[in-house]
Amino acid sequence: MRRLTLALPALAFLATAAWAGPVEDREALMKERGQTIGALSKVAKGETPFDAAAVLAQLQALQANAEKTDIDVLWAADAKGNTGTSPESSPKIWEDMAGFKAEEEKYEAAVAAAVTAAPADAAALGAVLGPIGKECGACHETYRVAKN
Amino acid sequence: MARRRVLGVLIVLAVAAAAAGWFLSAPQRLDAGELAALGEGDAARGERIFWAGGCASCHSAPKSEGEARLELGGGAPLVTPFGSFVPPNISPDPADGIGGWSKEDFANAMLRGVAPDGSHLYPAFPYPSYVRMKPSDIGDLYAFMRTLPQVSGKAAPNDIGFPFNIRRGLGLWKLLFLDPAPVIALEEAAGAEVAAGQYLVEGPGHCGECHTPRTLFGAGGSDKSRWLAGAPAAVGDGRVPNITPAKLTWSAAEIASYLKDGFTPEFDTAGGEMVNVVKNIGHLSDEDRTAIAAYLKAVPARE
Repeated sequence: MRRLTLALPALAFLATAAWAGPVEDREALMKERGQTIGALSKVAKGETPFDAAAVLAQLQALQANAEKTDIDVLWAADAKGNTGTSPESSPKIWEDMAGFKAEEEKYEAAVAAAVTAAPADAAALGAVLGPIGKECGACHETYRVAKN
Repeated sequence: MARRRVLGVLIVLAVAAAAAGWFLSAPQRLDAGELAALGEGDAARGERIFWAGGCASCHSAPKSEGEARLELGGGAPLVTPFGSFVPPNISPDPADGIGGWSKEDFANAMLRGVAPDGSHLYPAFPYPSYVRMKPSDIGDLYAFMRTLPQVSGKAAPNDIGFPFNIRRGLGLWKLLFLDPAPVIALEEAAGAEVAAGQYLVEGPGHCGECHTPRTLFGAGGSDKSRWLAGAPAAVGDGRVPNITPAKLTWSAAEIASYLKDGFTPEFDTAGGEMVNVVKNIGHLSDEDRTAIAAYLKAVPARE
């Protein structure tokens, strides 16, 4: 029985991972970014104790997430639909794919810089998180729509 | 004979209606007493009003950061179903901006929606909210804006279709929709913090211009029975969210924090026009942001 309760969520997870389309995948990747940055941000604000190794691991997770974010697949021409959850990809992405990709590159550069910096205390972490957060907002300003 | 008399009466009535319309749509300027209340103007105090008023969102170049947000040479057009409204140059440049405007000219624009030449301004410029501002804040804002860099170059003209291109008609719009009274009747017991937040939200912050639906199929004023309950975006796609307690369930501290750095409690970020709003409100004090949050928790919940 115990084995079953463990296996069921694992199966469910595998099913989602295997069958999810680009729309679900990109939403999952974006959600993961938010959660990781959220956890890091608590450390920068002093709400969670600073642990250099854990912080670096999370910054590396952010970088791995960025590497998985393949725009050509996740925002392919036939992936314009949305799951209907708020908020969602704006049609402007497909009207200006080059501009969208440029925003993502700026975000990835900010993440890479944070990993290289390997912050040694909360203040240093705050200094590398600032530019990352700014890029989140810069892209959402143009390429995301809210559906209340 | 009878037919001629009917025609004559009709002409008289039409002329009378036109005269009444002309009379009613005349620009209403501030009177001497109101102008005296503008005071001397203090640029240091005016900076706070500048950020609260969000001038840079529309009047600086799109996506401006830092010092560039103080260069008010005009911004991206607001493309709406009524036409394209181009935010003009409001830098102190004497030829292309508003450097030639007196404090009284500025106050008539902010509090009455009237340009120095006597024409009506379109309410794409959010004077229906600014009309609730204290005259002394207008005087301070004028003093601050005189200190900003002069930017040369006039913005392009508006591109608005008939009949909205007849500015005189805005006089009638103002009679119906321009109202300096507070939107929400707060109990005295609500306290000073909520009242301070009310002033910032309903006045300079002009939050209701986007977060409240409009009457007359979007052409009217704010529908006060649906105050801050969310509305179709006037510019671009999607909806502007409901920020009454019915939908905005964040704590006051979370709202204040979001207005400072743009991160939601789930560490999502502000999007769309709200990115600009955070860039402005982020300049205010924690006290001002806390007051805004307290007011948002106090407004009536609307589904």
